[in-house]
Amino acid sequence: MSSNHLTRRGLLQGSAALAAASPVVAQAAAIPKRNGGSAMIPVELTVNGREVHLQLDPRTSLLDTLREHLHLTGTKKGCDHGQCGACTVIVEGRRINSCLTLAVMHDGERVTTIEGLGTPDKLHPMQKAFIVHDGYQCGYCTPGQICSAVAVLDEIKAGIPSHATAELDDVAFSDAELRERMSGNICRCAAYPNIIAAMRDAAGEKVA
Amino acid sequence: MKAFTYERASTVEAAAKAAASVQGARFIAGGTNLLDLMKLQIETPTHLIDVNHLGLDRIEKTANGGLKIGALVRNTDLAADKSVRQDYAVLSRALLAGASGQLRNKATTGGNLLQRTRCPYFYDTRMPCNKRKAGSGCGAMQGMSRSLAILGVSDACIAQHPSDMAVAMRLLDAQVDTMGADGAARAIPIADFHLLPGDTPHRESALKPGEIITSVTLPKPVGGAHVYRKVRDRASYAFALVSVAAVFGKDGGARFAFGGIGAKPWRVEAADDAAKSGAKAVAEAALAGARTTHHNDFKKTLVERTLASLYRQQEARA
Amino acid sequence: MKFDTPAGINPIDKGRVVGIPHDRIDGAAKVTGSAPYAYERHDAAPNAVYGWIVGSAIAKGRIAAMDLRAAEAAPGVLGIVTHANAGKLGKGSMNTAPLLGGPQVDHYEQAVALVIADTFENARDAAKLVRIDYTPEDGKYDLAAESLKGVMPPDSFGTPADTKAGDFEGGFAKAAVKIDQRYTTPDHSHAMMEPHATTAAWNGDRLTLWTSNQMIAWGVGEVARTLGIAKEKVRLVSPYIGGGFGSKLFLRADALLAALGAKQVGRPVKVAIARHQIPNNTTHRPATIQRIRIGADKDGVIDAIGHEVWSGDLPGGSPETAAQQTRLLYRGANRMTAHRLVTLNLPEGNAMRAPGEAVGLLALEVAMDELAEACGVDPVELRIRNDVQYDPEAGPQRPYSSRKLVECLRAGADRFGWDKRKAKPGQVRDGRWLVGMGVAAAFRNNLVGKSGARIGVDAQGKVIVETDMTDIGTGSYTIIGQTAAEMLGVPLDQVIVRLGDSRFPVSAGSGGQWGANSSTAGVYAAAMALRAKLAEKAGYPADKAQFDDGLVKFDNKSQTLAALAGREGLWAEDSMEYGDLDKRYAQATFGAHFCEVGVDIDTAEVRVRRMGGAFAAGRILNPKSARSQVIGAMTMGVGAALMESLEVDTRFGFFVNHDMAEYVVPVHADIPQQDVLFIDELDDKSSPMKAKGVGELGICGAGAAVANAIYNATGIRLRDYPLTIDKLLKAQAA
Repeated sequence: MSSNHLTRRGLLQGSAALAAASPVVAQAAAIPKRNGGSAMIPVELTVNGREVHLQLDPRTSLLDTLREHLHLTGTKKGCDHGQCGACTVIVEGRRINSCLTLAVMHDGERVTTIEGLGTPDKLHPMQKAFIVHDGYQCGYCTPGQICSAVAVLDEIKAGIPSHATAELDDVAFSDAELRERMSGNICRCAAYPNIIAAMRDAAGEKVA
Repeated sequence: MKAFTYERASTVEAAAKAAASVQGARFIAGGTNLLDLMKLQIETPTHLIDVNHLGLDRIEKTANGGLKIGALVRNTDLAADKSVRQDYAVLSRALLAGASGQLRNKATTGGNLLQRTRCPYFYDTRMPCNKRKAGSGCGAMQGMSRSLAILGVSDACIAQHPSDMAVAMRLLDAQVDTMGADGAARAIPIADFHLLPGDTPHRESALKPGEIITSVTLPKPVGGAHVYRKVRDRASYAFALVSVAAVFGKDGGARFAFGGIGAKPWRVEAADDAAKSGAKAVAEAALAGARTTHHNDFKKTLVERTLASLYRQQEARA
Repeated sequence: MKFDTPAGINPIDKGRVVGIPHDRIDGAAKVTGSAPYAYERHDAAPNAVYGWIVGSAIAKGRIAAMDLRAAEAAPGVLGIVTHANAGKLGKGSMNTAPLLGGPQVDHYEQAVALVIADTFENARDAAKLVRIDYTPEDGKYDLAAESLKGVMPPDSFGTPADTKAGDFEGGFAKAAVKIDQRYTTPDHSHAMMEPHATTAAWNGDRLTLWTSNQMIAWGVGEVARTLGIAKEKVRLVSPYIGGGFGSKLFLRADALLAALGAKQVGRPVKVAIARHQIPNNTTHRPATIQRIRIGADKDGVIDAIGHEVWSGDLPGGSPETAAQQTRLLYRGANRMTAHRLVTLNLPEGNAMRAPGEAVGLLALEVAMDELAEACGVDPVELRIRNDVQYDPEAGPQRPYSSRKLVECLRAGADRFGWDKRKAKPGQVRDGRWLVGMGVAAAFRNNLVGKSGARIGVDAQGKVIVETDMTDIGTGSYTIIGQTAAEMLGVPLDQVIVRLGDSRFPVSAGSGGQWGANSSTAGVYAAAMALRAKLAEKAGYPADKAQFDDGLVKFDNKSQTLAALAGREGLWAEDSMEYGDLDKRYAQATFGAHFCEVGVDIDTAEVRVRRMGGAFAAGRILNPKSARSQVIGAMTMGVGAALMESLEVDTRFGFFVNHDMAEYVVPVHADIPQQDVLFIDELDDKSSPMKAKGVGELGICGAGAAVANAIYNATGIRLRDYPLTIDKLLKAQAA
């Protein structure tokens, strides 16, 4: 038994509120550490409105949790290092790179993936717009682009500025804004102008 | 990624204490840099203390007219904060010039200060790198160094500090507030927070074992035109070749800080003193002691040009 | 079916479905994330475990010792594949270096082991515990330093190393105006979004690979050859491919090692090559040094044109055929091209989108801009003056099947507003930006290849097409569906298209922009066979029967496809083969790129403000997806012009910037409006589809248009790509 483990127990005992509020840690402490491996940690997520209970190696990224454990493979692994955006999902209303975060860090949180936005029978307006404007080619970055696109429209509505915002207090809808905000989603097939057209369409703005 | 144990901390004190008592423990906040490095085993913590739930996510005015920014305030929220937009626009601008929307939603104020270099030799664990592995040598100095630092470098390391936010923080004379494992708070001026590589490039900050950043405090706003200009190899989502944070006063004076060129966020008072003499003089002062390689000597010119661009912009506004 | 005489009027000419900008039929699967890619086959291989590749830490040498003990003892590890336990392996005929190295190491990051574990996390972790002692050897890594040692390579994909017509030296020597310049292009990485990935499963001695591969039949052959098993025992499945650009033409380490791993651990194994491994483990577009000499009269009419190219590759590798377009694009009685190949111990060089032309035109079309300036002729006009309607090496007896370069230049210039360009550089200012315009011709050979398909009608009247053709983002699903719908007279939504499975008839595959025309021609052939069967069953003469509205019609009689197909359905299979029309006629696609850039007056940052182009590529099967191919390729051209470069560390022999943070490609913010005009063209000598390729044409010349626009904006002529800030600043200071 490692001293780490004992230390953590000590920490937990000194912090009853934490144990109550955070079942993750409480249970983790109860599970002995495997020799050289990682002790499994229970994680509860609400993914696309569905509650899921998992036992996870703490090293498991949110991305691999979705793809390998929940078989929600719509979220893509392009680089696994936050350099491409293919893994973009929406957590608690905000888009993030699911490759650069651990599932255990999101215990109790709500995750929306591309599968949660719409299905082939019931497409989200952004998904529909991507089809109409050919906002993809190989399709691999597409779920990330769409999750980002949906979140970007919300960010503009919320008045969150971007690098393209001329006056920080005056956030307006423009192609330049969309391009800057979508720049964390690389599309090597480079459907870029089509994606911008799809976003304008989905936002109800005139297609440039 | 090496196996580690994980805990969620609920108080700052407990987190600091836990970190000090476990060999190889690290705090994890946004995780956008730490997990990147852990996947490559550049970082190999044995224990992760998740500090995301410490409640350090508020931005408050201080009694003397400054601003206290919780260490866990996300980059997006800091950039969008009303008082930051109004009074510290250079900070908003710097944040928004960095990374991507997704990363800014996750990355934190404290974590960003501790962001590690993008030197490609640091990133490839088969290559020599004194920062990653003390005494292994430097692959970059005789290798590809186009993106690397020209100021504050040493014979051991020419890695650049990659942060945009920290450049603005340096410009604004921020102070880094911490709590030690013993529960004692201290305030570290940002000038002293980042360490130069010297003979120990693996030591990057003034933090002691277990010490946790709790907030960053900005002094009273500096009036004037706040600008951040970042020059990079593509229009967005790239690290700076050169960046300049500046506040231009009405009197023709200005202060400057620089990114992409320093082993840490770079600021020299002499450059501010030269403000009224124009871009060339400011660049000369800022670049005193620069040490370039064949690949990155263009950065000296680019610093001057970026400054010239900012001056031109100010003149156009005036 | 053999295509050996020019196509007459045929069912495709009806243009009811083909040629219409339909939305992609695989669109809903892609936008909902339900299209399964190679690493995602939980459906097909639910018990797959995880492999992680260990790459060589040296560029050249030998493995002295491998110590696997720590890795084997690590949690969850199920097996480790190395050269020592993989058994005897052959080498794919298209692989230059073995995909599993050891004891000899051929390049940095060459796979030397695969660690297999129960979870991804355990496999990745354990891979770090494999201890390898190397005996490094000296290698050659510097193209410029080695270029004098270049040798004449054998023919590469039909391109001879050297070509000659007339007397180049003589013609050049006496030319009134001479251009003689050197250009360099760096190594490029495909950087497709989906990494190379494979899930492998054995069933007895039968192997199935769910993989990401552009060329299914090639892949089957290469797997069989490498593993030493019969082709019949190998199945490849690639219904969705997350980008290729040439990176997935060949068998790569993911597929081989997944197969070996699955064999070793007795259960399915999946392997993706990690992003940071890709540039050094897999193939790249090789760097080039190019010398171009053009001799013209004072009006810019070319008399002599010469293009020499130096590139490097591993021993046994091939050259970057960057001079090939110079054989064909412009007039001139006296011509030469030459390729020299240098042995380098860098990772394997190979095809990337428009191999040859993509970087050849980065040089040639800047040289043409230089010639235009030297002669005082407008660059558009210069290209028009040098148009030639036949293969200029072979002479008028080998005309072009169709060549509309001049139309592209004129229409493109008109649409772009070329007349507003100031000939003298550095004249236009917009705020902090110096603004300039550039033009470049686009040229890409048209290749055709044998392609087969199977097509059937079921009892509901649904049309089903099966071919091993792949859709790498090109729109194959949709244009194949459109072809089948057109041929059988049904709406597109009545067609089901199944692709990318080696159980289906062998197609031309996706590469060299031959895929769209060739694979739809194969569907045409199969559909003609099915039409004959349907007509026969209906009792109508096959050559007179009409296929409309789900009916087979003759005189005023008709029967439904569904009734004719019956409960069993009716199927036909055929392939399209080609005669010598491509020998008798030069066949190529053409275009004209236009670009406007802004260059920051202080910092030399370059921003593309707008791009436009006009293109002639035969019948455009689907203008919507074809346009996407073209704008995507234009963007890759922007990348090549402005930012993309694998940086070589000539001490360690590897590409230093081997991830997507350091190898920068264009992002949304780099790409403004892009305008594409397709010039009406039907090429009856290309195939019954009268189409040609378009997927690579868009990159050909795009980067040169950017470079020429930078010159027009600033007066700075750079010939060393990419045209980055550091180089612009240096040139400005000089």
